[in-house]
Amino acid sequence: MALSNRHLLGLKDVPKEDIQLILDTATTFREILERPIKKVPTLQGKTVVNLFYESSTRTRISFELAEKRLSADSINFGISGSSVSKGESLKDTVKNIEAMKVDMIVVRHSAAGVPLMLTKISEANVINAGDGIHEHPTQALLDMYSIREKLGKIAGLKICIVGDVAHSRVALSNIYGLKTMGVKVSVCGPSTMIPRYLNELGVEVIHDIDEAIQENDVLNVLRIQLERKAREYFPSIREYSRYFGIDKQRLEKNGKDILILHPGPINRGVELSSDVADGNSQIILQQVTNGVAIRMAVLYLLGTLN
Amino acid sequence: MKLLLKNVNLLNPHQKLNQANTNILIEDGIIKQIGKIDEKELKDCKVFELDGKYVVPGLFDMHVHLREPGREDEETVVTGCNSAANGGFTGIACMPNTEPAIDSAEVVSFIKKEAANHLVDVYPVGAASVGRKGEVLSPMAELKDAGVVAFSDDGVAIKTSSILKRSLEYAKMLDLPIIEHCEDETLAGGSMNESLNSTLLGLTPIPSVAEDLIVMRDILMAEYTNAKVHIAHISTKRSVEMVREAKRRGIKVTAEVTPHHFVLTDDAVKTYDPNVKMNPPLRTKSDVDEIISGLKDGTIDCIASDHAPHSIEEKEMEFEYAPNGIIGLETQVGLTLTELYHKKVLSLESLIEKLSINPRKILNLPMPKIEIGELANLTILDIDLIWTVDKSKFLSKSINTPFDKKLLTGKYVGVINKKKMFFEGQFTEI
Repeated sequence: MALSNRHLLGLKDVPKEDIQLILDTATTFREILERPIKKVPTLQGKTVVNLFYESSTRTRISFELAEKRLSADSINFGISGSSVSKGESLKDTVKNIEAMKVDMIVVRHSAAGVPLMLTKISEANVINAGDGIHEHPTQALLDMYSIREKLGKIAGLKICIVGDVAHSRVALSNIYGLKTMGVKVSVCGPSTMIPRYLNELGVEVIHDIDEAIQENDVLNVLRIQLERKAREYFPSIREYSRYFGIDKQRLEKNGKDILILHPGPINRGVELSSDVADGNSQIILQQVTNGVAIRMAVLYLLGTLN
Repeated sequence: MKLLLKNVNLLNPHQKLNQANTNILIEDGIIKQIGKIDEKELKDCKVFELDGKYVVPGLFDMHVHLREPGREDEETVVTGCNSAANGGFTGIACMPNTEPAIDSAEVVSFIKKEAANHLVDVYPVGAASVGRKGEVLSPMAELKDAGVVAFSDDGVAIKTSSILKRSLEYAKMLDLPIIEHCEDETLAGGSMNESLNSTLLGLTPIPSVAEDLIVMRDILMAEYTNAKVHIAHISTKRSVEMVREAKRRGIKVTAEVTPHHFVLTDDAVKTYDPNVKMNPPLRTKSDVDEIISGLKDGTIDCIASDHAPHSIEEKEMEFEYAPNGIIGLETQVGLTLTELYHKKVLSLESLIEKLSINPRKILNLPMPKIEIGELANLTILDIDLIWTVDKSKFLSKSINTPFDKKLLTGKYVGVINKKKMFFEGQFTEI
């Protein structure tokens, strides 16, 4: 079995078989992560560049760890700000990196479309580690992996993505991936944070968090961006947490056991109260561990394609 | 020098002229004879066998960015004029968002001086406000005396309703129009049209209502002041509907559209090619359909390129960070003939109105006539020529076009104006 595409730019057109293959491969790697010696020689001799144009702690560390566990040579190339402020164009930077003979590029960038652009400049396999408000496929894959691990299946579930869908790259990748896997997907958030034409993707849009809890098997709660720009989209943190935040009381009121995922980092007291975050800490921290396994699977499957 | 344009079809809807298979003799840049040419005139005469090609009044593009002064690395007055000639145009109006802006008589004189010896007539558009900042009116009367033909803060809409009102009132006194880039600045700042595509592509959206709001404001203000407003690069369905309604009510509003806004939709953005990033952004099929209706029923008066040169390094960038705009002078005639004439949207007459006559009417410019004794200001068109766009052959200093390698039907063959001729890539005095 092999993937049908030599890059992972997003989950938009990734077929079910590929997602299945990545999740199954991740299971194998997940097991390795529990061993005393957590390293395999699978990508020995391969060079992976982590090209991070945007600050990221957990995604970068997760990829780096995945690369090291697979024995690849990994290089971190962190550039804060865009190529505009840096002076060197993205194209020149990538051409320079390519000249160093790298096999794979993991890229994070604040501008949507950069991973696609890289595939046109470079011969390397490109993995999107988040581009603007577009896609973040490995996050969605690890979310699916975590759901499957916990509930034993994905197909047939009802899953709601909660929060600032309009400014989230996690949401779009989840929508694509979950729909491909046969999930009934809905989103819940303030109407200013739901893209205007989202329903055309076959996603139900609701604005009542209690309804979201009642109607679904899983909530994937997004992080609310607290910087200034995102703050223009809702009246106040107080109002947000009151109408869309999830706390223990709300869960008890709905009398329902529901799986809650969060891509992290959590704004405690905003989208999730501390008691819910900690009560769910097992799954939320498992997501982090699973993230390494998923990234190992993606790196392995792309790195060993002919 | 004598030129004979042999076996041509003359077409000038402004003169109600439509004469097939005839000849024009031009001597020292003036039309000397039309029809059967005396044998004795043929001595020392350069003869062009044109074999059924069309001779029309020189085409005019009323929305061009020449970039000089300020960004001479992207375009200069002269290279912009060369590009216009190589697109079949004998006249252009240039927009004031230069650096410094065209808000003083000195800048107007500079541009006119640079263009003085060129075949292409250049008519600067003055800034409506000083520095295009929307705070203080520009010296409009002085700018008019220096030669501007309209006022605009193009690049942005006139910032406030109060400055707009005064601009319209003052421009009305001078009998010049205000050209508006219609975009509500508080809704601006995105990089593509708000649609399902903007969500799928993760690009920050610009809602069509950002344009509609300012079109509505401008129409209401034109009605209130009884002054002339011209809507630049109209791109949305609602805007076209509002202009249609305003015209029906007798409000002095006119509108132009760019070829890219009737040829492309925001589906083109799926490639993230910065050469499809422009402002206003490419819209949806329903917007394009309404634009086509507007072109047909006369709601949209003219076609203009919004020729916006950008350097390779600025344009070859992340889509979100790339500047807006594409060049258009050298593809406009081909795109228009291919998409509007050959697809039977517009007749050739009405196409010539939109590419030559109406822009001159809107700007109160002298109208070229194909008549004995008149200065020859002509474009020769081969409406059936099939050609492939090749950006490496452009005379513009920039190459930011999404239409490279596109197959088009219809092209200019040559242009004649100001006792000069541009034919087969060569400028010559005649």
